[in-house]
Amino acid sequence: MVQMSYAGAALAALKEAMQADPRVWCVGEDLGRGGVFGQYKGLREEFGPDRVSDAPISEASIMGAAFGAAMVGTRPVVEMRFADFALCATDELINQIAKARFMFGGQSRAPMVIRKPIGMWRSSAAQHSQSLENWYVHTPGLVVAVPATPQDNYAMMHAAIAADDPVVYMEHKNIWANEGEVDTDAPFDWGRAATRREGDDVTIVSWSDTANVATRAARTLAGEGIHAHVMDLRTLWPWDKDGVLASVRRSGRLIVAHESVAVGGFGAEVVASVVENTTLKAPPKRLGAPRALIPYAPNLEDQLRVTVDMIATAAREMCT
Amino acid sequence: MTATNYDIARGTALVTMMERIRAFEQVAELAATRDQLVLGAIHLSIGQEACAAGVMHALRRDDLILSTHRGHGHTLAKGADPTAMMRELLGRKGGSCGGKGGSMHIADFGVGMLGANGVVSANITIGAGAAHGIKLLGDDRIVVDIFGDGAINRGPFLEGLNWAQVFDLPVLFVCEDNEWSATTRTSDMTGGAGAAARAQSMGLYTVEVDGNDAEAVADIAQDLVSRIRDTRTPAFLHARTYRQGGHTYFDPATYRPQGEAETRTASDDPIARQREALLAAGLGVADLDRIRDAARAEMDAALQTAADTPFPSDDTVFADVQDIGSPEEVAY
Repeated sequence: MVQMSYAGAALAALKEAMQADPRVWCVGEDLGRGGVFGQYKGLREEFGPDRVSDAPISEASIMGAAFGAAMVGTRPVVEMRFADFALCATDELINQIAKARFMFGGQSRAPMVIRKPIGMWRSSAAQHSQSLENWYVHTPGLVVAVPATPQDNYAMMHAAIAADDPVVYMEHKNIWANEGEVDTDAPFDWGRAATRREGDDVTIVSWSDTANVATRAARTLAGEGIHAHVMDLRTLWPWDKDGVLASVRRSGRLIVAHESVAVGGFGAEVVASVVENTTLKAPPKRLGAPRALIPYAPNLEDQLRVTVDMIATAAREMCT
Repeated sequence: MTATNYDIARGTALVTMMERIRAFEQVAELAATRDQLVLGAIHLSIGQEACAAGVMHALRRDDLILSTHRGHGHTLAKGADPTAMMRELLGRKGGSCGGKGGSMHIADFGVGMLGANGVVSANITIGAGAAHGIKLLGDDRIVVDIFGDGAINRGPFLEGLNWAQVFDLPVLFVCEDNEWSATTRTSDMTGGAGAAARAQSMGLYTVEVDGNDAEAVADIAQDLVSRIRDTRTPAFLHARTYRQGGHTYFDPATYRPQGEAETRTASDDPIARQREALLAAGLGVADLDRIRDAARAEMDAALQTAADTPFPSDDTVFADVQDIGSPEEVAY
């Protein structure tokens, strides 16, 4: 076991992957200086400017060019800086990268890791705070990864680089500095949720930093005799439908909690899949952001957050 | 060019390729209109064949190209099999893309054709990236990235050209300027002096050519390809041509001034011009007609074979989407 930060874990995995495979390279704005959040620190010094490539502020070209380079046999790690900025490269990702293998009848692959940091952190307002993971779940051809812990950011970064599919890799900006123990030999299975807390009274499904919030809520609930099974999905496509169903069949109760907008969110998909396949003791509950825009002032920002209290309150209402 | 140093073999190769491209598209159009066998829209490049034939003649088989929705000619000229292409137009098994792409997504990686593209301008950044990949891999291939005049008003034109220039990438951008952006005249929609001026402003080595003169295109393409292969820096070719037909095969192009297409076709058809060049060099009309007829027979046969081929099996719809979370395992 090694102590790592969430950001450092992905950096360690990327560095190891680049040492092991000369086809792996990374490209994005300001990577030579270590990346805007330090996620690439030291890589330029070790691998040089061709493999740790500074790009113009030119998201469509970063995404499109990395795709072209992937089609000829390299394995790019693409940095979009913020998930919000990645929208400048939407055609490249959705119309080109996600579709090429199928459209061309299997002739091409796009082995790419597309890093799009998500989430509210501190007063970054409407264009630097969004969680848009469900957009990509809706796009066939893409894999969607939303790690919440140093362990997962290490193992999932390795798995994403090794994958032959394009992986939309969404790290949460608020937890770069979170520390944790990392078992560098632990395997990672796509589409298998992690249990963050055991319990049979209510199933709480979450991902990204909200999984950490849900875990704190479960700790509070345990003191009151309510034992929640907290499931961190870790990947939204594929997602652990079987695991969630198995848990809900034990608990009979379901809460889904995520930071992104609740309306049309992936939580709705989880709830729909559960109620199509099993019966519940109580109506399921979705907790997500109101369909409102992320503001700058901290008190306004807090109006949109899913909190420990909200999750705990929902569980209490459901279990009593 | 003078008769004494005229390369008859190359001239013949160029007219042969242009006749094959035209025959392919004429037969494809009949397959759409007469036979109702082509399922989706097809965009014909009739009148633009010199650009495809001339540029591709300068390339090696392992060089790479990317093209557009109007890409049949480039694909054929790069060496793709017309039967596989015709099957793709008909959505059949054994099509270039297994019947999954159709005309606008034909690719043949075996001959270095990395895909036509249904989104105008999108192939510009991707082609720059293919050249970026070649640079990282360290081999001596080059990329030709072809697009139309309509593409120069989208962002990827700026971003892709800039990318190639700042990273010193081995790519030839070819603007095949047929004067029309779908159903609107490009000059009405374009500020400034257009494609070549924009490329020059970003520092690219830029050349303009009469895109209906196959010999001139081939000469310049050969120079540019040699330059790119030696210097590993990008270049830009602006080839002026004319789209003789509509945007799609079912577009009668009534938005054009009466008689424009007829006049331009009669005075400046690239195949007619290449036939003239070869007649002047000593070939006979019968020789040239034989080339034309052989091309037509080849494409008629390709259509017949395609029409006799079954559709792909239903289950292939779930294949080649993705490995992880494949719809072959779970659709939802």
